[in-house]
Amino acid sequence: MTIEKQWQTICHKEDLVKNSGVCALLANEEQIAIFQVKDEVLTVGNWDPIGKANVLYRGLIGDCKGDIYVASPLYKQRFGLHSGKCLDDDTVAIKTYDTRLQNDEVQVLV
Amino acid sequence: MSAKQKIVVVGNGMVGHHFVDEMAKHEGYEITVLSAEDRLAYDRVHLSEYFAGKTAEDLALTTPEHYNELGVKFFTDAKVTNINKALKTVSTETGEKYEYDKLVLATGSYPFVPPIPGKEREHCLVYRTIDDLDAIQASANLGKVGVVVGGGLLGLEAANALKELGLQTHVVEFAPQLMGVQLDKDGGELLRNMIESIGVQVHTQKATQEIIDGEDCVHRMVFADGTHLETDLILFSAGIRPYDNLARDFDLQIGERGGIVVNNECLTSDEHIYAIGECALWNNFIYGLVAPGYTMAKVAADNILGGEQQFTGADMSTKLKLMGMDVGSIGDAHARTAGAQSYTYFNQPDDVYKKIVVSADGKTLIGAVLVGDTSEYDSLLQYALNEIELPEHPDSLILPSSGEKPTLGVDALPDTATICSCLNVTKGDIIASIDAGACDVAGVKSCTKATTGCGGCAALVKTVTDHELEKRGVEVSTDLCEHFAYSRIELFHIVKAEKIRNFDTLIEKHGCGIGCEICKPAVGSILSSVWNDYILKEDHLPLQDTNDTYLGNMQKDGTYSIVPRMPGGEVTPERLIVIGEVAKEYNLYTKVTGGQRIDLFGARIDQLPDIWERLIAAGMETGHAYGKSLRTVKSCVGSTWCRYGVQDSMAMAIDLENRYKGLRSPHKIKFAVSGCTRECAEAQSKDIGVIATENGWNLYVSGNGGMKPRHGDLFATDLDDETLVKYIDRYLMFYVRTADRLTRTSVWLDNLEGGLEYMQKIVIDDHLGINDELEKQMEEVVATYQCEWKTTIEDPKQLKRFRQFVNSKAIDANIEFVTEREQIRPARGAEKSYKGVQIHSIDLNKREVEPA
Repeated sequence: MTIEKQWQTICHKEDLVKNSGVCALLANEEQIAIFQVKDEVLTVGNWDPIGKANVLYRGLIGDCKGDIYVASPLYKQRFGLHSGKCLDDDTVAIKTYDTRLQNDEVQVLV
Repeated sequence: MSAKQKIVVVGNGMVGHHFVDEMAKHEGYEITVLSAEDRLAYDRVHLSEYFAGKTAEDLALTTPEHYNELGVKFFTDAKVTNINKALKTVSTETGEKYEYDKLVLATGSYPFVPPIPGKEREHCLVYRTIDDLDAIQASANLGKVGVVVGGGLLGLEAANALKELGLQTHVVEFAPQLMGVQLDKDGGELLRNMIESIGVQVHTQKATQEIIDGEDCVHRMVFADGTHLETDLILFSAGIRPYDNLARDFDLQIGERGGIVVNNECLTSDEHIYAIGECALWNNFIYGLVAPGYTMAKVAADNILGGEQQFTGADMSTKLKLMGMDVGSIGDAHARTAGAQSYTYFNQPDDVYKKIVVSADGKTLIGAVLVGDTSEYDSLLQYALNEIELPEHPDSLILPSSGEKPTLGVDALPDTATICSCLNVTKGDIIASIDAGACDVAGVKSCTKATTGCGGCAALVKTVTDHELEKRGVEVSTDLCEHFAYSRIELFHIVKAEKIRNFDTLIEKHGCGIGCEICKPAVGSILSSVWNDYILKEDHLPLQDTNDTYLGNMQKDGTYSIVPRMPGGEVTPERLIVIGEVAKEYNLYTKVTGGQRIDLFGARIDQLPDIWERLIAAGMETGHAYGKSLRTVKSCVGSTWCRYGVQDSMAMAIDLENRYKGLRSPHKIKFAVSGCTRECAEAQSKDIGVIATENGWNLYVSGNGGMKPRHGDLFATDLDDETLVKYIDRYLMFYVRTADRLTRTSVWLDNLEGGLEYMQKIVIDDHLGINDELEKQMEEVVATYQCEWKTTIEDPKQLKRFRQFVNSKAIDANIEFVTEREQIRPARGAEKSYKGVQIHSIDLNKREVEPA
């Protein structure tokens, strides 16, 4: 049995930090990191699978030849914000979430 | 076991030597060198530099020691006069006999002296050997005027030598133009004008009939047209003739006009005798350049070793500087190929002539003449040698740059492209040397010998090497990262000069992309050093590392540690009590640091503002333990309390800490001040160390503890307070301006050209005249200091960021502590109830593509 995914309102656009991240708690206790990069809003899991802590939203945003990533604030591994793939260790990945802005509300598909 | 094969090499010129070098790389051969000259091989290509001050040793290509090392037997003054092909022996003038299995003739050539009556007169010389040079020098000392007979490449080199010797110099040429082999009429004409403009007289279309006694000079040269020229010295440089008499005398096949006939293996008509270099005649042609000779040497060595390399001719293109004039010639300079077309650029005012010759279909470059400017030589040569298709308008290759000029990237060159034609080094050879471990131009040079011939390929070798290293990710550039093609120093100057105040402006004007975790903090630091804005301003916030973003030191579980500033390690009991109370209330692990202050661990992000509000209320401020900035000024109590102290180190430490606190720099900075030479504060292991003396302060710089300890260098002694502070202002600001990112003062000073002495000249003697500016900049930083935590807790918008969740007041369930030695520590593995997020094993291949 599959449960249909739904758009869930997380916060207001004003809550985001330009070119940086914030963190939100989902109903299932998962933590998500939401980044506002230029005009895009991108969401990934907040858990750093290498540093083993809920910190990814505090990482620096960068791009590697156009691929936007967050660098873990603990040990600096980079995770693609679109793909979830770790650019420095291909055995590791993080979850990504569809995100949209609806009337200035930040919504994530969960 | 078979005995070693005996190889005898006759002649030890450049080519003979090259053969020895090639052959000696291989085991199983006994090499004997017989040289008629009294010295071993030397560089004839750069012979004229002998008059410019180079010695015979400088020109030497090898030494007896080197040959001994290689196990090569050698005999100088050993002129070979006999070859016995049947017995396979050679013998010398003095009767020594040597057996050979393979004989290599590298006897070279001699200058052709035209059969002019009077050519045997005294002070009629040639230009070929170091002995010749000595004779020329001796003659030049006696006279005022010198003539070179022959206006070819070598003749002009010789003329240059005469000019260097201070003679009034003439060049006499039989043909209508100079360098008729390499240059066309216009190129030759321009070269003539240029040479005459520096005072060398050129006489073309002159056939010398005889040389007789002069009236004003030693000689008078009488020409066929009835004119004459008087001179004290005559140098014949009218071409070369192969030294082939041995071959003639002992029945090896000889060309009609001389030269030992060789096949593609460089074998003569005897299957055990090779001939290489200028004595060899291949395809009825004698190559008078060193590069083809080297190729022949390689081919002969390879064949002796059982290989199948072939000599198939050589490119005669050449680039050189003649009397300061750039001249280049490639391939079919005279456009003699059927259907060939030319493009010419002639700039008389600037003395520049360029011509390219293209194939009938206009697709490939087959020749070129360059006079006055050879900057395009390297690319043109590559176009020609590799038959690279020409751009739509081939003339764009030689026209002066008026914007877009097609440049031939080294990537376009095939691996077979010859980069160094003297040593026949290809792009592939350079790549192979890098694969084998060469990691810079010097490494490539020593591995491939590229550039060690004429040296004309140096620039290209560097470009290819750098390019290949870059492709392998080796940092050859000082670019900060892929977003900025500038070093930190350059960016610092750009920020200052263009008064750039935020990252977006800088990357828009001078970079690309959105930045990364390397350039963002580096630029953030530069902006702070220059403008000293609040680092969490909206523009600057996304640039900071996490420690700076939340003004604390992140620990492994995502909590932070808190360090209030304690200048000089001094703290009042009241403040100490507040720290204790806060630590107790928030249940923080408490420890005294190495920098004489107190660190409180285990604060959640949402607790930070509250904690700081308490500390600031008690009169404390941020300790910048999180920043690449001044950390602490460690101190002893000094003369105030200590029986041995000679100065008030405590007061000095506090003053210095308060002055430089908040200064953002390429890396962290630590100070210490000791009150006497007992050095209890360990100042000599700090970036800035101050030690009290009876008369003031001794200043030490660039010490370091940590991973690579470095003892500080004594910079200045017995300074008064004011001078001490000035010196530190200047030293630190110069470091802030010029160091690379994340470089401590120790490494920075070690890498700084001129090192300590240079810094002393700048700081003490104002060598660069920038001390006022350095002090002023430091003054601005000092004047704009703010406690970042105070600014933060007063700004509701900032406070909003200090929370784990935007949508919940919950705390991060992953943060768990257990008790150890009466304090908290982070829980480990099994001690935890939180099991993390269950997404560790995602199959990447099955994931959907996430929409943007």
